[in-house]
Amino acid sequence: MTSSPGGQTLAKSAPGGFDRILDHRVLLSIAVLAILPWLLPSKALAVNVLIYGVVVMGYNLLFGYTGLLSFGQAAFFGAGAYFTGIAIGRYGVPWFAAVAIAVLLSTCLAALIGIVSTRTRGIYFSMVTLALAQLVYYVALQAASFTGGENGLRGFTVDRISLFGLQVNFLDPVNKYYVLMVFAALAMWFQSRILNSPFGAVIEAIRENEQRARACGYDVERSKLVVFMLSGAISSLGGCMLALHLSIVPLDILHYQTSGMIVMMVLLGGARSFFGPFVGAASFLILEDVISLWTPHWQIFVGAIFVLFVLFLPKGIWGTLLDALGFGKARP
Amino acid sequence: MDLSLIIMQLLSGIALGAVLVITALGLTIVFGMLGVVNFAHGALFMIGAYAGLYLASLTGSFWWGLLLAPILIGAFGMLIEFVLIRRLYGRSIDDPLLLTFGLSYILVEGVRIVFGSDGIPFPTPPQLIGVLDLGIGFFPRYRLFVIVLVAVVLLALWLTLEKTRVGLIVRAGARDPTIMQVLGVDIGRVWLAIFGLGVGLAALGGVLAGPMRSVNPEMGSLVLAEAFVVTVIGGLGSIVGAVVAGLMVGISISLVALFAPEMATIVMFALMAVVLLIRPQGLFGVRGRTA
Repeated sequence: MTSSPGGQTLAKSAPGGFDRILDHRVLLSIAVLAILPWLLPSKALAVNVLIYGVVVMGYNLLFGYTGLLSFGQAAFFGAGAYFTGIAIGRYGVPWFAAVAIAVLLSTCLAALIGIVSTRTRGIYFSMVTLALAQLVYYVALQAASFTGGENGLRGFTVDRISLFGLQVNFLDPVNKYYVLMVFAALAMWFQSRILNSPFGAVIEAIRENEQRARACGYDVERSKLVVFMLSGAISSLGGCMLALHLSIVPLDILHYQTSGMIVMMVLLGGARSFFGPFVGAASFLILEDVISLWTPHWQIFVGAIFVLFVLFLPKGIWGTLLDALGFGKARP
Repeated sequence: MDLSLIIMQLLSGIALGAVLVITALGLTIVFGMLGVVNFAHGALFMIGAYAGLYLASLTGSFWWGLLLAPILIGAFGMLIEFVLIRRLYGRSIDDPLLLTFGLSYILVEGVRIVFGSDGIPFPTPPQLIGVLDLGIGFFPRYRLFVIVLVAVVLLALWLTLEKTRVGLIVRAGARDPTIMQVLGVDIGRVWLAIFGLGVGLAALGGVLAGPMRSVNPEMGSLVLAEAFVVTVIGGLGSIVGAVVAGLMVGISISLVALFAPEMATIVMFALMAVVLLIRPQGLFGVRGRTA
């Protein structure tokens, strides 16, 4: 259960052809993302799908794979964005170093919040993560000299991306998309490596039966803390992407409504599946776009659709589709 | 800084805490009995405030609003339990939480459609305007009224739960619903009533908070986080815990506001983190109930 690289023990039940497809989930996902801007009505929407897809993917590591329903993921999404913006705007750090610093600091934040919250279990965990993320929100609100407070962070604009002597005009939406896609691809590869590792098997064992995992000799508390940090790190990368994309960081990004949106996206797409988060992010953002065209009260419909999903389609769009195609029993 | 100022601030903290206690109590009772964390609790608090305001202006008296809003919104809560939450018993413990979260979107946006997004002032009832001389200082009459009313409600609730047959059924139902069903108690009706009570308490909290905070569709989100902090500190499902933690949080916010205003909203989260590091199950929580 633990030491089979690639999770072969779980994948065995899948028919041969499907199995081969699943072995290349990262490449397949990247291929889909590569043509995404040409499938969606606007490039801006595609960039948003990319950003939220990465954030939700990181969250899915915690919720879908480990079974920890956190309501505070916005803290890491926001931290990634704020740290990137502050590093570039205030300290003049080059963009790539700013991203690295932001992910590192966000992971430290995840460690702090994780130390407190992973001591609790079940529903308690949801409430504590929400409360601690709200703490981060209020700190950002109060530390206005650093974060811009209510007005959000401004004063950093990345118009040129340069690396190894290569210059890219970052204001061009297509360039922007493909530069940010490199981040998304890296995050996907990283996530796939985690899931295929023995550690990936441990977190799924914790989801299925925490007491049994503990009885098997795994350090459940430490594993939860590590997965909390990894999840925070990946989601914070999404925040870095947002900061580079928007050149501002709105304070709302840290609000618990953003955490809720991340939860909605993962459920809409399908938790426990690798590509589900991108499907969820895309469907949420498209839904928002379409409904807000004819009513400013789009949230009432989003809420209703979400309620219907919880009641009748808990596996989400992608998860249900995979089930229907016979992937259900396969490695997610 | 003189002593009377600190005492007055302490009283203010108790008034603030009293509203928190009532609100958190609804959350903790529903969790204790049904095992459901109601994420729409903050939204229902907000709707309670709006309902109180609307009914008060309709009848021309704050007192009708105070009486009718919790009853009406409580009944609405029973409808929610009957139509939506009932379907999720026996499924993952996360499902009711997610469902009520989606519901809160519908409720908040619904209020925006009816009443608009801007805040509405909630007038203090004329009988309670002004301050009262307590000998050591002047204290707003309305806040004193809130403290007294919450104390009365708490006493009534405690007597019902501890001294009556209904209370006995409810407490036993929380321990072992199956046995209660075998004994011929319709546990579904008990759960319906408990959810209604929890929502009614949220609405009561909303009406009471009305004259102290501005009433707007967003007010529920802050309250939800506060109610979570209080229940987590007190221990999920513990009524005594909700009372103690609610007062603790209210008083800390008030006293910190006196010395370092910018830290006032942050202090309760810090308090929660400290409590959790020492006692992960909360002050009055039972270990093992948190799973």
